[in-house]
Amino acid sequence: MKKAKIKILSNYSLKKPYHKLSAYSDYISKLAKPGQFVHIKCSDNNTPLLRRPFSIYSVSKEKGTFEILYEVLGEGTKLLSQKKRENFLDIIGPIGSGFSYNVPFANSHLPILVAGGIGVAPLVFLAERLAKSKIPACQGKAAGRKNQKSKILVLIGTKTKSLILCKHEFKKLGCDVKIATEDGSLGFRGIVTDLLRKELITHNSSLITGIYSCGPRPMLQEVSKIAKQHKIKCQVSLEELIACGVGVCLGCAVNTKSGYKLVCKDGPVFNSDEIIWG
Amino acid sequence: MGISLSVKIGKLSLKNPVLVASGTFGYGEEYKGLVDINKLGAIITKTITLKPKAGNKPPRIAETPQGMLNSIGLENCGSETFIKEKLSFLKTLKTAFIVSIAGYTKEEFSKLAKRLEDEGVKAVELNISCPNIEYRKGKLNFSQDAKSTYAVVRQVKKSTRLTIITKLSPNVTDISEIAKAAEEAGSDALSLINTLLGMAVNISTRTPLLGNITGGLSGPAVKPVALRMIWEAYNSVKIPLVGMGGIMDASDAIEFIISGAAAIGIGTANFINPEASLEIIGGIKKYMKENKIKNVKSLIGTLKCPTRN
Ligand SMILES: Cc1cc2nc3c(=O)[nH]c(=O)nc-3n(C[C@H](O)[C@H](O)[C@H](O)COP(=O)(O)OP(=O)(O)OC[C@H]3O[C@@H](n4cnc5c(N)ncnc54)[C@H](O)[C@@H]3O)c2cc1C
Ligand SMILES: Cc1cc2nc3c(=O)[nH]c(=O)nc-3n(C[C@H](O)[C@H](O)[C@H](O)COP(=O)(O)O)c2cc1C
Repeated sequence: MKKAKIKILSNYSLKKPYHKLSAYSDYISKLAKPGQFVHIKCSDNNTPLLRRPFSIYSVSKEKGTFEILYEVLGEGTKLLSQKKRENFLDIIGPIGSGFSYNVPFANSHLPILVAGGIGVAPLVFLAERLAKSKIPACQGKAAGRKNQKSKILVLIGTKTKSLILCKHEFKKLGCDVKIATEDGSLGFRGIVTDLLRKELITHNSSLITGIYSCGPRPMLQEVSKIAKQHKIKCQVSLEELIACGVGVCLGCAVNTKSGYKLVCKDGPVFNSDEIIWG
Repeated sequence: MGISLSVKIGKLSLKNPVLVASGTFGYGEEYKGLVDINKLGAIITKTITLKPKAGNKPPRIAETPQGMLNSIGLENCGSETFIKEKLSFLKTLKTAFIVSIAGYTKEEFSKLAKRLEDEGVKAVELNISCPNIEYRKGKLNFSQDAKSTYAVVRQVKKSTRLTIITKLSPNVTDISEIAKAAEEAGSDALSLINTLLGMAVNISTRTPLLGNITGGLSGPAVKPVALRMIWEAYNSVKIPLVGMGGIMDASDAIEFIISGAAAIGIGTANFINPEASLEIIGGIKKYMKENKIKNVKSLIGTLKCPTRN
């Protein structure tokens, strides 16, 4: 983890209210792991005062760049969205534990990624690393389509079709992408956790290597419940307001079976059966 | 021109007057890769208690205009784990460290202080002012009452030879009364302010933003209050003051020194800029050069006051 002032390569609106920002950092591009985040000072003054955390969405080791995907919500993200190419960005990162996915898995095995809204961000990075871990069918077209079963299954949930992000990125990585929209404008009509339930009926849960999820807390709680019912290992990326980002202020505590843990230091990714959702 | 930044707090000689405040710099090690810790005047560690404390229910922080509320609740690993796992790193530092301690009774304070003295600790900060724990059921915290302040400080003074810094709460009617009580009891220095008790509400759910309902306000928003209290304390006691509360840059720090602080503490600013304290040291030096001040001690309490009606 380092603090640095880095240069912005690009920063633009994808579709309302989402933005994508790329910036130069050799250090982060080489070190970052899926699930980790960067802590950004969005303002040049004390309003807002604290840094804002954003998951790393992609890295390019060749170019020495990384990207984040963010939703403009309040003052911090609004100021961030106004930053221009060549402007400097004050960051600390990469921070946190990240997803653990290094377990080698056989061709027939299936990881499931469940995203709610902007929660796709860390999962794109994860899917990319999973796809590289030598599951033939996950290497996209180049590797041929012999073993259809070993795809990564990605479930994305949003309120409506226009808010779906990264569908094509996941597809390019060879993932099997399914969509849930609450208004039924695309894919499954309903919430993503109901789609997950439905998918688990058709898939043999003993082949599922794990569920990896990021999204709003109620969704993660439900995903965690479903995973438990199916006896599938599940990791969730949790959010809390984060002040220091280095584990000293003890502000981003979450309640776990082994006491309070910190989102910034012990997380943001946790084994879902560790969390006391309460 | 040679510039002297060194100051003395009790028996501690500090290479410069810039400290990092308790609870905002962990036990030092956490910032190892981000800050050249040896350049700091001193580290004040996160408050420890005799037994480990789990801390308060989340959410524990909320952002407010130019500030933040926290209700951490003194989460800490307890004195024995501190001694086993944290102290050795602090001892390797080429800068002073002060261990912040808290207890529910004056006896707990002195027991903890004595234990630390036996382990080679030279200075403690008595956190008698945390707004996020109930020291005694339904009662105020020690630093909100002159007699209790006196009693705690006296107890630690009697049982150790440590340098004692007493940390005061801003949540009082008359800070000078409390400051005097701590001085009389033998405190070597005072630090102030701890956080201001506050709260924030989510109007759509009508729930408090903090799990503990109330919390302590820190950051730029509290600076004017902190500064006023330093000035009042400076006018009522002779022992050195460690001024803190909303210091973000060197100009803030210099305001505190002029108003009577012999040293200053950087708190919330560490979260935003881990190197804030180092930049402040540089800024104080620059100010001294520009104003031809050779010794930082000669700046302390030099506020030129107009006469009040
Ligand atoms: C580890 C981690 C990774 C994150 N990654 C991303 C990411 O990749 N992309 C992204 O868009 N966002 C991400 N977030 C959330 C992001 O940090 C917040 O949306 C951002 O801080 C909001 O700042 P703001 O100043 O714009 O809004 P604020 O003014 O702070 O808040 C605006 C509104 O959003 C709510 N809000 C603020 N923070 C959060 C939060 N953490 N969770 C839920 N609601 C919140 C507030 O209560 C308020 O109602 C992440 C958060 C964490 C903890
Ligand atoms: C997250 C957080 C945790 C804190 N923990 C402690 C603590 O354990 N002990 C203590 O004496 N003060 C604690 N404080 C108070 C600070 O040391 C300091 O007195 C106060 O924040 C005012 O300074 P600032 O505005 O520069 O932060 C804490 C403050 C914050 C923001």
